[in-house]
Amino acid sequence: RAREERKGSSASIEKILVANRGEIACRVARTARRLGIRAVAVYSDADRGALHVRSADEAVRIGPAPARSSYLCASAIVDAALRTGAQAIHPGYGFLSESAEFAQLCEAEGLTFIGPPASAIRDMGDKSASKRIMGAAGVPLVPGYHGDEQDIEFLKNEAENIGYPIMIKPTHGGGGKGMRIVHRPEDFVDSVLSAQREAAASFGVNTILLEKYITQPRHVEVQVFGDKHGNAIYLYERDCSLQRRHQKIIEEAPAPNVTGEFRSRLGEAAVSAAKAVGYHNAGTVEFIMDTLSGQFYFMEMNTRLQVEHPVTEMIVGQDLVEWQIRVANGEPLPLTQEQVPLNGHSFEARIYAENVPRGFLPATGTLHHYRPVPVTPTVRVETGVEEGDTVSMHYDPMIAKLVVWGETRNAALVKLKSCLLNFQIAGLPTNIGFLQGLAGHWAFERGLVETHFIEHHKSDLLVDSAEKLTEEASNAAKLGATLVAACICEKEYITSGESLPCGDNLLSLWYTHPPFRMHHRAKRVLELEWDKELDGLCNELLQLAITYQSDGSYSITIEDSNSPALDVKAVHIRNNYFRVEAGGLHMNVTLASYSKDSSTHIHIWHGEHHHHYRQTVKFDQPSDDVSHSKPSFETSSHPKGTVLAPMAGLVVKVLVEDGASVEEGQPVLVLEAMKMEHVVKSPRAGFVDGLKVTPGQQVFDTSVLFTVKEK
Amino acid sequence: ARRPWRRPQPRRSPAAALLSSAVLPDGVDRSSAAFAGNSAAAADLVSHLHSQIAKVLGGGGAEAVKRNRGRGKLLPRERIDRMIDPGSGFLELSQLAGYELYEESLPSGGIITGMGPIHGRLCMFVANDPTTKGGTYYPITVKKHLRAQEIASECKLPCIYLVDSGGANLPRQAEVFPDRDNFGRIFYNQAKMSSDGIPQIALVLGSCTAGGAYIPAMADESVIVKGNGTIFLAGPPLVKAATGEEVSAEDLGGASLHCKISGVSDHFAEDEFHALVIGRNIVKNLHMAGRRPNSSPKFSFDYKEPLYDVKELHSIAPTDQKQPFDIRSVIARIVDGSEFDEFKKLYGTTLVTGFARICGQPVGIIGNNGILFTESALKGCHFIELCSQRNIPLIFLQNITGFMVGSKSEASGIAKAGAKMVMAVSCAKVPKITLIVGGSFGAGNYGMCGRAYSPNFLFLWPTARISVMGGNQAAGVLAQIERNNKKRQGIEWTKDEEESFKGRVVEAYEREGSPYYSTARLWDDGIIDPSDTRKVLSLCLSASVKPTPEETKYGVFRM
Repeated sequence: RAREERKGSSASIEKILVANRGEIACRVARTARRLGIRAVAVYSDADRGALHVRSADEAVRIGPAPARSSYLCASAIVDAALRTGAQAIHPGYGFLSESAEFAQLCEAEGLTFIGPPASAIRDMGDKSASKRIMGAAGVPLVPGYHGDEQDIEFLKNEAENIGYPIMIKPTHGGGGKGMRIVHRPEDFVDSVLSAQREAAASFGVNTILLEKYITQPRHVEVQVFGDKHGNAIYLYERDCSLQRRHQKIIEEAPAPNVTGEFRSRLGEAAVSAAKAVGYHNAGTVEFIMDTLSGQFYFMEMNTRLQVEHPVTEMIVGQDLVEWQIRVANGEPLPLTQEQVPLNGHSFEARIYAENVPRGFLPATGTLHHYRPVPVTPTVRVETGVEEGDTVSMHYDPMIAKLVVWGETRNAALVKLKSCLLNFQIAGLPTNIGFLQGLAGHWAFERGLVETHFIEHHKSDLLVDSAEKLTEEASNAAKLGATLVAACICEKEYITSGESLPCGDNLLSLWYTHPPFRMHHRAKRVLELEWDKELDGLCNELLQLAITYQSDGSYSITIEDSNSPALDVKAVHIRNNYFRVEAGGLHMNVTLASYSKDSSTHIHIWHGEHHHHYRQTVKFDQPSDDVSHSKPSFETSSHPKGTVLAPMAGLVVKVLVEDGASVEEGQPVLVLEAMKMEHVVKSPRAGFVDGLKVTPGQQVFDTSVLFTVKEK
Repeated sequence: ARRPWRRPQPRRSPAAALLSSAVLPDGVDRSSAAFAGNSAAAADLVSHLHSQIAKVLGGGGAEAVKRNRGRGKLLPRERIDRMIDPGSGFLELSQLAGYELYEESLPSGGIITGMGPIHGRLCMFVANDPTTKGGTYYPITVKKHLRAQEIASECKLPCIYLVDSGGANLPRQAEVFPDRDNFGRIFYNQAKMSSDGIPQIALVLGSCTAGGAYIPAMADESVIVKGNGTIFLAGPPLVKAATGEEVSAEDLGGASLHCKISGVSDHFAEDEFHALVIGRNIVKNLHMAGRRPNSSPKFSFDYKEPLYDVKELHSIAPTDQKQPFDIRSVIARIVDGSEFDEFKKLYGTTLVTGFARICGQPVGIIGNNGILFTESALKGCHFIELCSQRNIPLIFLQNITGFMVGSKSEASGIAKAGAKMVMAVSCAKVPKITLIVGGSFGAGNYGMCGRAYSPNFLFLWPTARISVMGGNQAAGVLAQIERNNKKRQGIEWTKDEEESFKGRVVEAYEREGSPYYSTARLWDDGIIDPSDTRKVLSLCLSASVKPTPEETKYGVFRM
């Protein structure tokens, strides 16, 4: 009965269930709380202690870790809303945000779905259908085939008509999943099959469409908003051209190097797209802009709040989640098109747990040290994790979104770069270093963005071998190690007294600074392995000889190096923070250390650098068999031809049998992680040995998959 | 957990003024010629000392050190550095043992000893130096090893033996093997200390042959390094000679054999670093064994540094023993806040006695300010009785030419007074530390707790002189006897002959009275840099603190 009453009532929402996790769940809850609305979180078993759960007013368990049984389980979420008495559901992005069925189910249960009408989701969710509608509404389209016919020969024929290169896309879903670019007709069939498989796994529907592939495109999208009274406006565009693996990593608003005239044409096209499907609430119309011709074409419409919505919020000074709630309440849009301000420039950088040198593969691990930059009116950090949390293999590996605003694009870029420098994460590999490289690239500084930016400037952005490391980089790493040594010694001095066994306080006299030695100075040697962050295997051992000086400073030399001894003075400020003086230069330094894989990992942030070192504890395990025991680090090096899992994931396909002979580069098996397929190829010609994994099996990061032996 | 050595906190509330101790005056005239002269002389003495130390720190020479490294072995001091807590202090003893003692050089007597903490537990280290004569035991090596054990036994410190030695030095077996305080005493001490609950831990980092084999075998817990460590009663050559059996060192007494089959060793170490890590772990797991009870007195560590520069200690003691100086100017530079509450200040003024603190630890200080008279000796006696009754450690600052001689003195019963002092010093059951800053002559050495009186520690300044009497006095006495002998035999003794005779005596006394002569023979625990005095004393005090007072029982005082 209450349900029936609710249906007809126009009362405002007082309690929202956020059907999502991570940063977006936190972000929606934050606005809700500001508006006096209570927020209910949902969680899977993997997220029991997650930040979005901890920060919500209430939280409901909805199922086990896999998204299919939890965050994608519509009935469990609706039940959770009914159980907690929430009147509305905010879907966030991803998961069920673009499920028309879910939106419908919500309405059927008397819950307000904070998003567009189910019909609009359905229309726009089917990419072929959406293009037909857009074409009819006069929105420009990229040439392609968007029909229902999925026969592979027919599709191949269509591809010939459109002309290569061709883009294959699943008709459902988004986020680059299941997309393939085909340059040659002979690769067409394989790519279609693979795309269909990935689409089926991700979206449950395996139909695909074909499109002409634009070689120098920009990805420009328009934020639109509609209300239930037939109003629709645009909140300007975002440029999201900077992508790797077809996923955005730096977005900005407004788009650079765009005229005001172009901006309004684009915005109007987007509004007509929204109106064509009777849209209300937040949506994004994506366009592909051909940098060569200056033309733009409709690509798709995302019927949800986008990951990168904060850049729009920053330039228009509005809270889009608040707008979403107000529109859901039936209120008209708070602004007319003419009233929408356009102030300054904003960037968003997405910070991911990923392995940049291994082709941006998703990474997992624990955030042993996590210090985002402080939030200010012009710097936002959208995150769903805290120090000590784990980035699991179950969900998207995004750790945080860093959003900055400046009066001009240059001012915002300066801020972006400095925030990236101060954004500290240790415990798992991240793309922060790569983002710094992007943000500092000359072409990006000039706004010369395009979707293949990273591919085109690969040699500037990616260091793929140790030889390419400059002497400058090597010297910085040595300085870092020197500072680490000084800080470690200083911290030890500070803490040694605290850790003394109680009662024998006289012993504190033995822990003075410098440590007492009869007629000579105390010395010590510290071995640090510099992790070059190339692929985890490329390390350099630095031996630091430290001499304690009578004034409390440390004279440090690196053995086998020409650099002279450096006198370092370190003052411990608090926790991980130090102030150091080395060679007349004073600076703030942050140190983080944690244990993992029988090593102590030490990270240091100094000046413009972040370095990662390891202290290997060689003897972590008692040797049972004395004659064959080896220090553990030796076993981690594998014989030539060994293939390790590049990431934790699920084996979806095994393409050859154990013992089969393979060519170099031949695909052997397909892994899936974070819903991305990754083909594991043979590193050389030979025959496959020790291939034991089967489809459906879970493998772990760097576990041995198989070996290719020479014939 | 602020340790005030670095940041002293000189604070004093108005009310505290009522409670405060007497602050010693500076006592040094920096503008005087004597000060300048002393400074210059002291600089020479200290730099000479440091240059000698620098030599012994190099061990058995570059070639031997290189060979040692080639085997994956560290030098003994490096081994200790890696074993003690990171950033902690190490008080090395008798660095110059064996100095110019044998024809061949034997840096540090072939063995490194000293104290440092592991996991917050103060330990005594005894580390063979394999780069000097293969780490074999010379007589002085044995003496130094035994001395370390004596300190450990007295202070109840766990013993860590870093064994890397070929055993007794065979050519010198007669001086090394049979006597009470020879090689066998090492194992006797291990047994006695173990029975006292003082942990005995051996790390076999190299060879451990013959008698040496008993060091790990007698230990409570032992570690052996794969490849480098061997334990056997007889090495492969001797085995072949004795039985004809041909066997490799590793098979005869390597880590595998001793950990898997013989059980002579308890822990198998992959390499030396591993062994040192295991050694640290053993100490971590000692729990109560040998632990000093928690009832150790609670000291305030909010202590003050001395008001005057400790570096000036270099310039106070003159190299010329005849020049007197006020011992209070030394005390003013080693005690907390330069505060010294004198006892019987106006009586027996050639002996200065009083109470102070060193790094928060209470001490009774007895220092010489001239010849000992009957009154000074009685005053010293009284003060020692006070300290032992109150369980206050005693510090003796020796600068003594002896007890007063002459008819007046004898008539005053100076022998009786001296005997009283010796009785008090011998029987007082409180920690005693002796520092010889200047002369240490005759019975003065005894009354002021010389080596024979088993102070817990005894150190020298480079300005120290030790002998039964001054060289000139001895020359005078000997010349007189010689002249009488010659006279009886009717031989004429020319003035020149007498002068050269006297010269030889003075020269011998000069040589044998030198601090280097003393320290080479282990008559002390080392020569220290005067500016380290406060630190060394504070560390020794902390090492020798007695948790529960022992009752002192004196013998018969001759009244």
